[in-house]
Amino acid sequence: MPELNPQNIGLSASGLLLFRGERCLLNHLALRVAPGEGLVLRGPNGTGKTTLLRVLCGLTLPEEGDVHWNGIAIRQQRNEWQRALGWSGHKAGLKSELTVRENLEFAAALAGHRPGDIPAELGLAECLDLPARVLSAGQQRRSSLARVLLGNALVWLLDEPYTNLDTQGQAYLNACLDRHLAAGGIAVIASHGNAHSALGMTEQTLMNGALQ
Amino acid sequence: MIAPVWLLLQREMRQSFRRWSDLISPLVFFVVVATLFPLAISPAADVLRQVGPGVLWVAALLSMLLSMNRLFRDDYEDGSLEQLVLAPQPLVLLVLGKVLAHWLQMVLPLLLLTPAVATAYDLPAEATWVLLLSLLLGTPALSLIGGITAALTVGLRQGAGVLAVLLLPLSIPVLIFGSRATDLAVTGMDTTGPLMLLGAMSILAASLAPFGIAAALRVSLD
Repeated sequence: MPELNPQNIGLSASGLLLFRGERCLLNHLALRVAPGEGLVLRGPNGTGKTTLLRVLCGLTLPEEGDVHWNGIAIRQQRNEWQRALGWSGHKAGLKSELTVRENLEFAAALAGHRPGDIPAELGLAECLDLPARVLSAGQQRRSSLARVLLGNALVWLLDEPYTNLDTQGQAYLNACLDRHLAAGGIAVIASHGNAHSALGMTEQTLMNGALQ
Repeated sequence: MIAPVWLLLQREMRQSFRRWSDLISPLVFFVVVATLFPLAISPAADVLRQVGPGVLWVAALLSMLLSMNRLFRDDYEDGSLEQLVLAPQPLVLLVLGKVLAHWLQMVLPLLLLTPAVATAYDLPAEATWVLLLSLLLGTPALSLIGGITAALTVGLRQGAGVLAVLLLPLSIPVLIFGSRATDLAVTGMDTTGPLMLLGAMSILAASLAPFGIAAALRVSLD
């Protein structure tokens, strides 16, 4: 492992180029998020916010460019990167036949740590022992976020986390984000709401394949 | 190394026992296909004894094909496949757990039904045992090869059709040695050769296919 240059710590990407058919979704895009910083991706529907997040977490390979974690390309250190990563996408990632508790326990075991207590503020107390298929859209979103919020990932990549959340849920998510960033974590969020208030959050708009 | 396999196995088992109706249809399919043949061909015992091994193997293969389509599809649709691929665990072992769970849920019950179904073909007891043994040795290879094709087709809208087109040709070697072993047993000859080859194919598939499945899943999610 090369020596850690303070310039390199955190999540960065350079020269990301990605086409979907004829459209250029990411046009030599570069970004950098240091520990304790958050980045909110804005932009109209269809500009590629989700695609950018999927490239950052490593699900989608860009045609050119690389995503770096602490200065090393993530595809060269997949294991270290995935240990640092917490991802919550469009789809909830819950097994419909398992209860919320079982889903969270499985997620914790998969991430390699013991399941912790589930705080009341999460608002899932009544449905912990219900199968995930009977949950409302908001409860599913909460359960899906809980996997990241209760885990010990350093980098949170959240795609539209405020969708379907009520005001109490949004406030809880904001509090979690504040705490995460204060502890030196990193968050990249795609969102078009303006619910978040966290310190250290910068907003950038994805337009024509570049951040502005 | 066992832990990720066990983790997935546990989750899959728990989940499918709560939706046990899904487990029944491949079994019913197997029994129905296997009983259609005596009705359609001829009830003569010597004819049935001749076609029995082949028909039972094909019926088992088709029944596996039916359930194979679902192997990764549910996980793909509810987003948990992304979580598996991004988990800090070796994906190769996670998919091995999934395939193992699928074999235990879908194929093992089918093996248990086989002796009963084999009576419809008037197979001698000796041949029924060889048939069971050949299925036991050969179906893991089919599950694993099926896993690769299921992983490749999981993102496609017409996945089921493409899966059949990909998987059936690949399963020919297993089918040949499986039905051949039973054939030899019906005529009272030595069956060690084909049975050993079936076992070898399963071992080979178990050591290579998980890598193929993991790579195919990454491509499907891209």
